Amino acid sequence: MASEDTVKLLGFWASPFSRRVEWALKLKGVDYEYVEEDIFNKSSLLLELNPVHKKVPVLVHHQKVISESYVILEYIDETWKQSPLLLPQDPHERAKARFWARFGEEKLLLASSGAMWSLGEEKERLLKLAIEAMEKIEEEIKGKEFFGGESIGYLDVALGWISYWLPVWEEVGSIQILDPLTFPATTSWAKNFLNHPIIKDNLPPRQKMIPYFHERSKFFSSLPPGWIKI
Amino acid sequence: MADEVVLLDFWPSMFGMRVRIALAEKGIKYQYKEEDLRHKSELLLKMNPVHKQIPLLIHNGKPVCESLIIVQYIDEVWNHKSPLLPSDPYQRAHARFWADFVDRKVYGVGRKLWATKGEEQEAAKKEFLEIYKTLESELGEKPYFGGETFGFVDLSFVTFYSWFYVYENFGKFSMEAEFPQIVAWVKRCMQKESIANTLPDQKKIYEFVLELKKIFGLE
Repeated sequence: MASEDTVKLLGFWASPFSRRVEWALKLKGVDYEYVEEDIFNKSSLLLELNPVHKKVPVLVHHQKVISESYVILEYIDETWKQSPLLLPQDPHERAKARFWARFGEEKLLLASSGAMWSLGEEKERLLKLAIEAMEKIEEEIKGKEFFGGESIGYLDVALGWISYWLPVWEEVGSIQILDPLTFPATTSWAKNFLNHPIIKDNLPPRQKMIPYFHERSKFFSSLPPGWIKI
Repeated sequence: MADEVVLLDFWPSMFGMRVRIALAEKGIKYQYKEEDLRHKSELLLKMNPVHKQIPLLIHNGKPVCESLIIVQYIDEVWNHKSPLLPSDPYQRAHARFWADFVDRKVYGVGRKLWATKGEEQEAAKKEFLEIYKTLESELGEKPYFGGETFGFVDLSFVTFYSWFYVYENFGKFSMEAEFPQIVAWVKRCMQKESIANTLPDQKKIYEFVLELKKIFGLE
């Protein structure tokens, strides 16, 4: 295989952002070389490939560099047009999928991870925001097996962290956001998602996640308050 | 079947301006509804219950929210003329990356520049100059961010031009002196009818900000 065909992905084992790119590549059956990046000791390669944000994931394809996980997901869908098609075909449905992916990131993910490591009043505030955001997600998934409808799609991949990272953050932060009684539809979706053959073989080990996020929590809670912007 | 297109917007919003330009570029006829953000309409609250924000496009009764999502929607539906995004997947990814950069960095720092004082404002100014330096560097010698033609990144950023006088005034610097490439690029963009006819006058925006500061006690 010619070297320009090589797909390389720089990622970090515990990052939900690089993992969602891996899910997309695997769903499409695209071969890639995975490069583990130590985000606490960033390589010169990463800094060269993503000088603007200096973050993973970074995809390199035909020597072209793409960063930002949602941008990468759309690139994957547009470049490898085989099934499954990640984004819906209908423009209005596509707009909705993009809207909810952004919502999931800006409202639910930030508030959830923030609620995990923060303390006192700030923890309560973020927990409330996370639960309010989850209410909206619940409305979206009601009556559907996947956000994409009958099969896994872009929004499932974008929100997939809810099924696996969120329970870890809940345990580490001693909080509950995804209450199965309050959010039965999301809980059921999360189970379906984790059972998908591609997803269940592509998750970071939970026993490593717990101590890792405990360490991160300690670090973030030691920062001056007002750090999190939500 | 005639398309029914309604845009709920607020005249000084750089996000709303993006949609107005996109609609103009595509020659789409639409009904413009000005929202009073302190007294949001029933329609806005009903069609965008999650964020209750403008701009909001309603196409044949269906709402589309978030300016860059709306612009992509417009590009996909009215795909017969004036493409706003390139067709090549890598070029599209590059455009999305930079439009996302503008979205995440440019608005916030601009707001901090005019809404704060003292040390906070000094810090905002420093951040502002860094962000614009990154954009100036990305633009480089190209006529547009999109290359030879006006594109998605240009659209996402050019609407901040209306606010340049505000930033210069409160930040006490000259955009032309600091960012000559960006200013040259803006002047180039303003030769397009869709942009010149859409962007409000800088002085009007400045007066609007003075009013805002009074209302929110930010003087």
